[in-house]
Order: sequence, then structure tokens, then C-alpha cells
Amino acid sequence: MIKIVKRDQPSRAIFFFTPVLAIFLTLVAGGLIFFILGFKPFEALKFFFIVPIADKYGFSELLLKATPLCLIAIGLSFCFKSNNWNIGAEGQLTFGAIVSGGVALLFYEQEGFYILPIVILAGAIGGMMYASIPAILKTYFNTNEILVSLMLVYVSKLILDYLVVGPWSNPEGFNFPETRQFSDSAKLPLLFEGLRIHAGIFLALAAVVISWFVFYKTYLGFQMKVSGFSLKTAKYAGYKGKKMIILVFLISGACAGLAGVGEITGPIGQLHREISPDYGFTAIIVAFLGRLHPVGIIFASLVVAITYLGAETAQIFMQIPKYTGQVFQGMILFFLLASDYLLFFKIKFIGSKK
Amino acid sequence: MHKFLIRSFVSSLVLLFTLTVAAVAKDVKAAFVYIGPTGDHGWTYQHDVGRKAVEAAGFKTTYVEGVPESADAERVLRQLANSGHDVIFTTSFGYMNPTNKVAKEFPNVKFEHATGYKREHPNVSTYAARFYEGRTILGTIAGTMTKSNVIGYVASFPIPEVIRGINSFTLAAQKVNPNIKTKIVWAFTWYDPGKEAEAAKALIDQGADVIAQHTDSTAIVQMAEKAGVYAFGQASDMDKFAPKAVLTSVENNWGPYYVDRVKAVANGTWSQKDTWHGIGDGMVVISDLDSQMPADLRSKVKKLQADLASGKVHSFTGPIYDQKGNLMVAEGKTADDGMLAGMMTYVKGVEGDIPK
Repeated sequence: MIKIVKRDQPSRAIFFFTPVLAIFLTLVAGGLIFFILGFKPFEALKFFFIVPIADKYGFSELLLKATPLCLIAIGLSFCFKSNNWNIGAEGQLTFGAIVSGGVALLFYEQEGFYILPIVILAGAIGGMMYASIPAILKTYFNTNEILVSLMLVYVSKLILDYLVVGPWSNPEGFNFPETRQFSDSAKLPLLFEGLRIHAGIFLALAAVVISWFVFYKTYLGFQMKVSGFSLKTAKYAGYKGKKMIILVFLISGACAGLAGVGEITGPIGQLHREISPDYGFTAIIVAFLGRLHPVGIIFASLVVAITYLGAETAQIFMQIPKYTGQVFQGMILFFLLASDYLLFFKIKFIGSKK
Repeated sequence: MHKFLIRSFVSSLVLLFTLTVAAVAKDVKAAFVYIGPTGDHGWTYQHDVGRKAVEAAGFKTTYVEGVPESADAERVLRQLANSGHDVIFTTSFGYMNPTNKVAKEFPNVKFEHATGYKREHPNVSTYAARFYEGRTILGTIAGTMTKSNVIGYVASFPIPEVIRGINSFTLAAQKVNPNIKTKIVWAFTWYDPGKEAEAAKALIDQGADVIAQHTDSTAIVQMAEKAGVYAFGQASDMDKFAPKAVLTSVENNWGPYYVDRVKAVANGTWSQKDTWHGIGDGMVVISDLDSQMPADLRSKVKKLQADLASGKVHSFTGPIYDQKGNLMVAEGKTADDGMLAGMMTYVKGVEGDIPK
């Protein structure tokens, strides 16, 4: 007989084990789906998860893909740890890219070492400005930050549409919805000749280190943790909640804005309508899969990044529909949420009495 | 000794033969990169029909669907070029810069970019269709079939391609019915069924009883069917989605071009080209004409179709005036390709301004 018992305290071991379990279950379910679709499951999984990163180029593409995911997820973990549900990282990414792209266009055909830092800073500020809207509305007008931040995503995309179609469109570009290409001084330097991986990865690594320090070594980190467990306790303890809410949103927005900078001043090199394949939303999966822990987020961003690359490889070599990549991302989140049940409940096997 | 000589002579003949056969029968592999799903029944669907024609001609093909125009496009292109594909068709405007970038790295792979204008390397060709010729047909039908004299037009982006379509459509409609007005709604998307349906509804509410579209989903013809007005299918024959509303469709027929180009790669005769084919070359096809159209209109349309194909009729024949009444094309003249490629002003009879 099986009996389900509530745990007195969530198990810490299981807390870090469930993401691994979720990935394993995703692989099993994915293999099953491939089998039902008529593909050889092991071969399909090989093309999905191993072939894309089997060479130097593939591995560099993995890091390139994981960089924005990691950066945004680190930012989001500040919000999520402290009970602030910022769903609008995609909007903050877009707005950060708009501001930094605008600055990069100001320096069109100019060269100088000072240009790139200004462009990067502009992106962080853009993301912060955009994240401050749901933060201020939440703290002073008690609005729901989930709705506000989510709706602002669509607003930011419309602003980007307007700019690239109209005032910022390339004058030599037959009115197609794209800006001019940025000058080399406004672009992130490449790390290796012939690979696309760029200096933006250091921004992500810096965010990882700083977030670890803040979470575990500072008063702010402690405040966030307490607010995360119980808002009432935080209030009772006399924490100035408003200041913290705005701060975590600003950090989150800055990270998303920097991710946007990394895309447009890295591999894209201009502004157009499709600067992000919904990194801001996928990063929510990354943050939870990484258990809101900086090191966990690094691993999670690599796992999720590979679902993008694998989907392409599987389609090229095995004609598996590319949208299975999104199915995998969905399954990872689904199994993670489902196995979180084990955090709070344990399953007891009781031998039947003879 | 002579036995050895004969044997080596024979074996070298065999070897030579094998090598020649191998060289002639070298498998040419073609790859296609799509912006949407192959089941969109519009833009991507028609490109995939073209790909199947290449398969039917005996070549191997690969495709990748739903490739965003973000940083991902470049990786997909590089992977295809790296995995033994000899020619790669990139079927969306936003792939223009990645196509040229990757083409530089793979000089032995041929690249074919749809609807773009950059050919930065000798292994990059561009191709597009003269859809505006199809819109001359649609305008003729719309101008005849409208009762309210208001024609709705759902447009995607204010680029020359779309402006040219609006103008060609309006000019043809005015020719059969000088009182018509073309109302435009800009959807700012190529494919978004929700937005497209809303745009169609807004136009119908403003009195439009014929709706044309330059977006790719079937939402508009379905909305027209519900509202009881006429519409035209875009990219593929959309008649089955709205049998009462759809009078005809302008189909994009890429197959002949694709087969031609892949064969050229196989024969080693491929060279850089900028292709712009219309009804005459079969890249633009008009679907069956609906029986709701009067017989004389149908025969008129058939004749117009033949005249456009032969070049006897040009969609942009003067006199053509812009909205302010300035002469764009003088009487007896036709617009040249340079003017068509950069067309960014409405002709007289189109309502509203081009979004800036």
C-alpha cells in the first residue's frame, strides 16, 4: 500500500534533487513522444542533446544562447525570492535594447573606446526604467505586478515596432523594418575568431557572482529571504518593504536590459522587430529550474539553451518538427512543478499485514 | 607482362568510369529555411509546396521551420551550410543580413534569398514575385463586385512591396469603377490571425464589402465569410476556408523556380541572379474564378490574365497620379522596375497616409 504523508519541513535534499528528476522525466517523456511519432527515441535524443554541442562551434553556440537566459534568470531570482512576480522580463529586455540601440545609432559610423560602455549602460538603465513602472505601481498604488509587467511586454514590442518601421528605420533600407547596422565600436567584442560568442558572457558571470554575494552575504539578501517566506513577518520585523520591492525590480530590469544589449550589440548588430525569441519568458523556466540559486541557474540556462539548438538539429537531420523544442521546455517546467509535490509530501510504502 | 598491362588498363578504365559516374550523379542537396510553420496555409506553406516539387524532381531536400529572424537564423544557416547542403533558400526578408554573412564563410554553397535586395557575395542570389500583377486582377474583380464602392485592404508593413500592391489593386479597381475608395488598415504583422481578423472587422464596419489582404493567415477570409462580404485568398488557394467569400486567390508558385535553380547547381551552371517573375513566368498564379462572378467578368479577367502574362498590359500604365494629384507616370508610359522597387507613395483614390 502507498500512503502520502505531509512533511514537517520541506526536504532540502529533495529541493535540489527535483530539478534533476524533472530533466530525467522530460527525457523519458520526450523519448516516448519521439517513439509515438515514429522516430527512433535514442537517436532522436542524441540529435537533440548531444550532436548540437559535440564540437567547438556547437559548444560556443550553447554558451551564446545560455548567456541571455542566465542573465535574465539571475535578475528574476531577486524578484522571485522576495515574492515579487515580475513576468515582464521580455519587455524590460526589449526596452533596454531600444534605449541602448538608440544610443548606438547616435554613434553611427563613429569609433571610440568610450562608445561601448555608454551603449551597455544605456541598456541597463532602459531595463531599469521599464521595470520601475510595475514596481512603483505596486508599492504606491497596490496594483498587481504580474498583470502590469506582463502587459508592458506588449507595449514595449509596439514601441520597438514603431521605431524600426518609422523614425529609426535605415534610410537606405527601402523602408524595411530595421535600423542601420551599428558601428564596430558599439558592438561587443568577439572572444574567438570565427565564433559568435562575445564579451556579454562576462556580464552574465558577473551577475552570477554578485547575486550569490547579495543573496547569502548581505542584509538585503536576508530581507529578501524573509519577505519571501512571509510578508507579514517582514513587516513585523520593520523592513522597509517598498524600498526593497523597487530595488529588486530595478536589479531584475537591469539584467534583462543587459541581455537585450547582448543580443543587439552581439550577434544581431542592429535593431529590428525580432531581437529575442522570448528569452524573457523562457528565463522564468530557467530561474525555477535553477531553484533561484546562482549556480543552479547556470546549469539550468545551459539545459534550456540546448532545447533550442537541439530542436534545429533534430529537424535538419531527422525531420522532427522544430516546435518540439518548445514542447521540451514546457515539459521541463511541468515535471518540475509536479515533482515539487515531493517537497511537501512524502510517499510511504506500507507493507500489507499478513 | 602484357597480361599485367591489360589488367591494369582494364582496371584503370573501370576506375575512370566509376569516377565519372560519381561526378555526374553527385547528389545535390537543397535546404529551405522557413519563418513560419509549414501548415500556415499561406507564405511558408507555398514555399514548402515548392520544396516538394524539388523532391519530385529527384533531389534531396531539408527544411527548418519557425526560424526566428533573431540571432538564431545565422546559426541555422551555418549548420545547414556545414552539413552538406549545396544550395540554401532563405524565405523571409529578415534573413537578409544573416544570409549574406554566412554566404561569405561558405563560398561553395549557393544562397537564394527571397524578397531581399542585398547580394554582397557572388554566391548570393535574390528572388521575388511580381505579386502586384495578381493584385491588378483582384482590383478588377473588386471594382466590379463592390456595391458600397468601399474596398477594404488589410496591409502588413509600409514597405514598397506592400504599397505597390495597394496601388496596383486600386488602379485596376478605378479603371472599372471610378467611384471606388480603398481603405487601408495596417496590421503591422505578416501572420497574426487575431490581429488580422480584427483589422478585417474594422474595415467591414466602415462599409467595405470586398476585403483584400496582404497578410498570410486565413483569418480574414473567414471573417469575410461570417460577415457575408467578398474576399481574396493570399499566397495559397484559400477557397476551402471560406467558399462563399473567396472569389479567387493569388497563389505564390515557387516550385518551377526552385527546381530550375537546384538543377542549375547540379549542372554547375548556377550564377548570381536577381529574379523578379510574375504571371508570365508562372510564379504568380490566379486560382479558379468563383461562379458568383458574372460570366462576362470572368472572361474579362481571363483576358487580362493573358495580357499581363504576355506583357501587353502593364499594371502601372500612365497616366498615374499620386494622392495630391502630381503625375507619377505619364500617359502612354509604364513604371520601370526601379520606380516599382522604391514605390513609397499612394496613388489617387487610396484613403489615408502611409504610416511614418
